[in-house]
Amino acid sequence: MTATVGASNRARTAQRGVRSRRGSVRRVPPVIWAFLAIPLATELALVFWPAINSFYISLTKWNGAGAPEFIGFKNFQNLTTDPVFLQALVNNVFWVVGFGGASVVIGLLLAVALNRPRRGVGLYRSAIYLPMVFSLAVTGLFWRLLYQPNGAVNTVLGGIGLGAWERQWLADPATALVAVLVAAVWRQCGYIMVLYLAGLKGVDPTLEEAAAVDGANKWQRFWQIVMPQLRGVNAVVFAVTVIDSLRTFDIVWAMTRGGPYNSTQLLSTYMYQTSFTTVNLGYGSAIAVVIFLLAIVFIIGYLVRASRTED
Amino acid sequence: MTASTLAPAEARQHSPRRHKRAWGFHLVMAPVSLLWIAPMVFVVFVAFRSFDDITSNGLGSLPHSFAFDGFVTVFSDGLAGGALLNSVIVTVFTVVFSLLLASWAAFALSRYEIPFRRGILLLMLAGNLLPPQILLIPVARITESLGISDTLFALIVVQVAFGLGFYTFVLHGFMRSIPAEIFEAARVDGAGEIRVYLRLVIPLTRPSLAALAALATTWIWNDLIWALTVLRTETKFPITAELLNIQGGFVSQWNVVAAGAIVAAIPTAVVFFIFQKQFVSGLTLGSSK
Repeated sequence: MTATVGASNRARTAQRGVRSRRGSVRRVPPVIWAFLAIPLATELALVFWPAINSFYISLTKWNGAGAPEFIGFKNFQNLTTDPVFLQALVNNVFWVVGFGGASVVIGLLLAVALNRPRRGVGLYRSAIYLPMVFSLAVTGLFWRLLYQPNGAVNTVLGGIGLGAWERQWLADPATALVAVLVAAVWRQCGYIMVLYLAGLKGVDPTLEEAAAVDGANKWQRFWQIVMPQLRGVNAVVFAVTVIDSLRTFDIVWAMTRGGPYNSTQLLSTYMYQTSFTTVNLGYGSAIAVVIFLLAIVFIIGYLVRASRTED
Repeated sequence: MTASTLAPAEARQHSPRRHKRAWGFHLVMAPVSLLWIAPMVFVVFVAFRSFDDITSNGLGSLPHSFAFDGFVTVFSDGLAGGALLNSVIVTVFTVVFSLLLASWAAFALSRYEIPFRRGILLLMLAGNLLPPQILLIPVARITESLGISDTLFALIVVQVAFGLGFYTFVLHGFMRSIPAEIFEAARVDGAGEIRVYLRLVIPLTRPSLAALAALATTWIWNDLIWALTVLRTETKFPITAELLNIQGGFVSQWNVVAAGAIVAAIPTAVVFFIFQKQFVSGLTLGSSK
């Protein structure tokens, strides 16, 4: 009896249309709570809980066995005088600028060149996209082969009369980081191009035509008409590039493992080495916290944008 | 000098100029595209050369031999075969469960007035944006204390949890765009929540599910850092992680390393060529609104 009353009550509530303007239902049935709770709990348990743990571990000295010993901010103090960490930090800044700058400039140029449908565009686009589907580890191995002393890069340089430029790209601390960067940019350009191609689709062609009628040249039209309309894409590209740069690990690990002489050491590779090779978990966590603090500004920026587009 | 005299001159000029511009376009883009695929071509060359050819003619020379030695070694020593299987298992289960759980959460958040639903959605997205480094050590400890460390199961669970936020966010955006009248009609017909989810939401979100699946497949297949963190036993390694072992074990046997890299790259390249449209639209899903 009670059950049926409940059911008919519920039916009546539903009929009365207890819904908001946007057509969502006010009364949340148990099954929907479960739909939300299971994924949310999974993420809380395996993403947010570990993240919080890292903050605590970063305040301890811990080699994995026994209990962590609380030492306050000592790890962070040590970081400020750790030459390897400082080099990794400098390298990472170089990486953000180089990786971001090069892939954005090339990706945007390619997007503009391949924006209009004409013969061959599909083929060219596919050629640029293709590297993006390879893992960073595969990309790293590809380029390791190319950079070998008698590999393709040096052979080509010798072949076109630039033999003086030949060197051991990955073994030379002066060139190793740039060499790894080139490989990463090669893979990233396709992704940036995709984002800009999507952005260019949303650019209003009539504005550009009107500007052309008014006598604006190509360059002016691009910077003053097209670029402002790509603001949204620019923001996403910027945030994604910085966040990606700060977590870059695979390609360095596959190519150089941070060597030679830490010349390709990034924060993420140094974090991995201290945590899993020398098993200095407290110190490794402190580096992870630094990576997090550097990333959080851009994460928040991305989220603010995301929340605006949601409504 | 009037407009009428100008017009024919312009018309005559128009088509050759356009022709010239098309040539200019190809003159620039063809070399650029070639430059882009040259590294891949080179690696394919190396993979199909014999070890003797490489040592005598140098790694950078054009092929003087055609051999499958590299591939034979990669497979015969039991290196890549098991690793490929591991990758398939991890990728399939991770993609399926990620999208399943994400579609649940997205359905709940997009159609029901759950308190703080926007905050919850952004929190979930934030989880995916965190640098994995901040999770590695605790995740390794948690899988150990749960007794699932060094299992493919742990790798799947960890990757599902980490990817969920992004998939939920994208699917949520898509589900919100479904007109409310459709749900109205279903409810008038007396369809319950599960029925609406199965019969309405899933079929209607199929395009974005497909795009996300294509994208997620390459992401999960390409993962390295989670595999290195969760797994210890090399026979359990997926192909991406195994590849680094092959590199370490066959130093200077470049045909083996190249063959291994190609074996690891082919599956994602195939996914890309079959699902290029979904893949490309997937990449812009979360970004171009």
